[in-house]
Amino acid sequence: MPEFGITAYGAYVPRLRIDRKIIAEAHKWMAPSLKGLAKGSRAFPSWDEDSITMAVEASRDALVGQGISQLKGLHLASTTAPYSDLQASAIVAGALRAPSQLNSSDSGNSQRAGTSALLQTLKAGDAALIVASDAPVAKAASTQEMTYGAGAAAFTVGSGNVIAKLLGSGSVTDVFVDHFRAADQDYDYFWEERWVRDEGYAKIAPAAIKAALADAKLSIADINHFVMPSLLRAAADAVAKKVKFEGVVAPGLDENVGYAGAAHALLMLANTLESAKPGERILLVGFGQGADALVLEVTPAISALPKRRGVSGCVADAVATDSYLRMLSFYNGIDLEWGMRSEKNAKTQLTEQYRSSEQLEGFVAGECSACGTVQFPQLPKCVKCTAPRSQFKPRPLVDEKAEVLTSTADWLSYYPAPPMYVGFVQFDNGARLIMEMVDVGPAGVDRGAPLRMVYRIKEKDRVRGYNRYFWKTTPVTAG
Amino acid sequence: MASGIKDKVAILGMGCSRFGERWDAGGPELMAESFDEALADAGIERSQIEAAWLGSCFDSVNIGNSAIPASTALRLDGIPFSRMENMCATGTEALRGAAYAVAAGAVDIAVAIGVEKLKDTGYGGLPPPFKGTFNDMWMPGFSAPAGFAQLADGYRAKYGTSREDLKKAIAHVSWKSHQNGVHSPKAHFRKAVPMETIMNAPMISDPLGLFDCSGVSDGSACAIVTTPEIAKALGKKDIVTIKALQLSISSGKETTMSDWDGSYVQNTRNAAKRAYAEAGISKPRDQVNLTEVHDCFSITELVTMEDLFLSDDGSAVTDVLDGVFDRDGAMPCQIDGGLKCFGHPIGASGLRMAYEIYSQLLGRAGERQLKSPSIGLTHNLGGVPYQGIAAISILGLK
Repeated sequence: MPEFGITAYGAYVPRLRIDRKIIAEAHKWMAPSLKGLAKGSRAFPSWDEDSITMAVEASRDALVGQGISQLKGLHLASTTAPYSDLQASAIVAGALRAPSQLNSSDSGNSQRAGTSALLQTLKAGDAALIVASDAPVAKAASTQEMTYGAGAAAFTVGSGNVIAKLLGSGSVTDVFVDHFRAADQDYDYFWEERWVRDEGYAKIAPAAIKAALADAKLSIADINHFVMPSLLRAAADAVAKKVKFEGVVAPGLDENVGYAGAAHALLMLANTLESAKPGERILLVGFGQGADALVLEVTPAISALPKRRGVSGCVADAVATDSYLRMLSFYNGIDLEWGMRSEKNAKTQLTEQYRSSEQLEGFVAGECSACGTVQFPQLPKCVKCTAPRSQFKPRPLVDEKAEVLTSTADWLSYYPAPPMYVGFVQFDNGARLIMEMVDVGPAGVDRGAPLRMVYRIKEKDRVRGYNRYFWKTTPVTAG
Repeated sequence: MASGIKDKVAILGMGCSRFGERWDAGGPELMAESFDEALADAGIERSQIEAAWLGSCFDSVNIGNSAIPASTALRLDGIPFSRMENMCATGTEALRGAAYAVAAGAVDIAVAIGVEKLKDTGYGGLPPPFKGTFNDMWMPGFSAPAGFAQLADGYRAKYGTSREDLKKAIAHVSWKSHQNGVHSPKAHFRKAVPMETIMNAPMISDPLGLFDCSGVSDGSACAIVTTPEIAKALGKKDIVTIKALQLSISSGKETTMSDWDGSYVQNTRNAAKRAYAEAGISKPRDQVNLTEVHDCFSITELVTMEDLFLSDDGSAVTDVLDGVFDRDGAMPCQIDGGLKCFGHPIGASGLRMAYEIYSQLLGRAGERQLKSPSIGLTHNLGGVPYQGIAAISILGLK
């Protein structure tokens, strides 16, 4: 039987970053102690990003250099999926143009959701994509507002070209309520940190680790990388010390990402895999109502993995922002006056959305087989030679090279991140259309600037609670 | 080969309401205002009207769908009355409907009326448009100035024009229209504005500032058309006829293919060529005495001068700054203030432009009267420069 395991990893962190000093400064009148946490910067999702859009971006990174047709499953873990009843993984599958004969599923409800999903998939033995994506939201002036970030990590599992294999695992389930968030609440409710650290992390995680090492028939001395996310500073070091680990404790990505909820363990794993050497063993721990521990071994195939963005690429790909209120507005922490223009009806016609799903989900242009013109949208007849659409070949634009032809910064339209940059995007393959340009830094965009495509929320229907997704562009070079 | 409608249709009478923020009037009142003036000017009874076309664009505010709001406002009972909507070309489309009916011999006397009641939105600028269920799924929801601002970027790139020079030229476009608006009693904005104010106004959609954008106004304009023979029989001495009426609409080439460079409006060029041919005009710069063009944004007017072949390609910046299109220039443009200052109630605009040309040709333009013009041109641009509708009419003395 061929070896089964992790075959690739990918990552995404929102480009937008804010210096924690700016957040602390905004609250110093009532919470001066936040200054103690004011080191580095944190990532935050733009108004048009959520766990679905971040999952798509991380998955695209994981899929670099491989197809998607082999996938039998697509599983998404998140505690901030936008819908209670509408599967996020199915929306992700649509954007990725995954095969329709696919078992998709969502999980969440715990900070451990990411590691549990990875573990289940590794044990199940089917070729699958698992992605953990989270954008935890914290109340203004809370500790978590300083420490939280956002991001997504994706892994493909399968046979052949395995870069890391599972040697053993252990899980513990324990209703230790360090924090919770009711289904109808916006924010987490936290108990005292010292109790969480001493009674929670320090006791529950070691039990899972012990079971995993026993399962793998290894001792802690056989482990090279200890990967455990934590909401609390230094909790990972404390657990590592407790289990007598003497190797490298993986960095928590506090410096410029922040804690990415249920995605954080897998984001740290992706980061560790970027520099891990063949033969090295990784102990991955996920904590929440118990703990998961996975022992993984890196294989020689990792050196042949095609180059990808990874966590380091995400960290470097930053757009610095300078307004605390912008971040607060993006996660609905403040109700700003957007004027009458924002009253526009944003209802999505679900019939039309389904009818045009191929074009809209996967951003699929048509290439006329009669004259070769690549065109989006695909209308009934070729824009150049009027041949019928039945003669078009699908040409997704998602990964095509493109640049700015014309653009402007629109201050008049209602747009949650003004100004709206909009202009003509010229693709190297001849396609052209007018698109939104997002995560544009203070210098704006210029003609000829290279662009890449990103999956985003096109419009939020705040009356009915429905997000309409589509593709936008962003400058290849951030900031 | 069709011979066109040159001199087959005469304008019997015209009317135009006062444009602006008409807090005092709804759509029906605005229509009555322009219609009553046109009827009096035509010197006919309303019972002589055999058919009518209404132009009105927005349906999120405004008067409602169909021609019924017009037939009830004007109490035109039991005649064919149609509603036209073709974005900013709507007013000219209404005129085209009425003119074609007369030219075809289907009726002797027809009415074209345009109206837009926009100032019931509660805010400045136009309401966000509905682009269709499919387009709204992928097309960005940008504003009208953002659509037209793309022209500025395309134009600068093609001709290597600096940001500063283009900004100066488009500011001159608006400055000139404000100068002209002072002399238009029915205009929305009747105040001259210093260049400095225009140049330093708040940015709406880069590089278009507040004064680079036309007024959003309420208003109505109306034309009554017939044949030149009937006009003469009704006692008209100076007869203004339609020399040409042409339209051009995009099939999506500019937006979907790679050929268009963003610096011009192909539809205007198409419509202009056909209109000049229909009117028998071979040298527009010598033969067209005045123009009323679609200056929804200053950059549009600048580019339109090239698209109408009144400036050489790449020369509009120089021509504008040299004052070629000022009231005392060789080819005055927007002598009544244009969309910028007279105002832009969408459905009425094409007919308002025709009203100004008609008034100038008949020597009725008061303080802003030009010296004996004989040919005038109107131009509308609906939609966006790269996917839109250009409408051109040429009017002249028979």
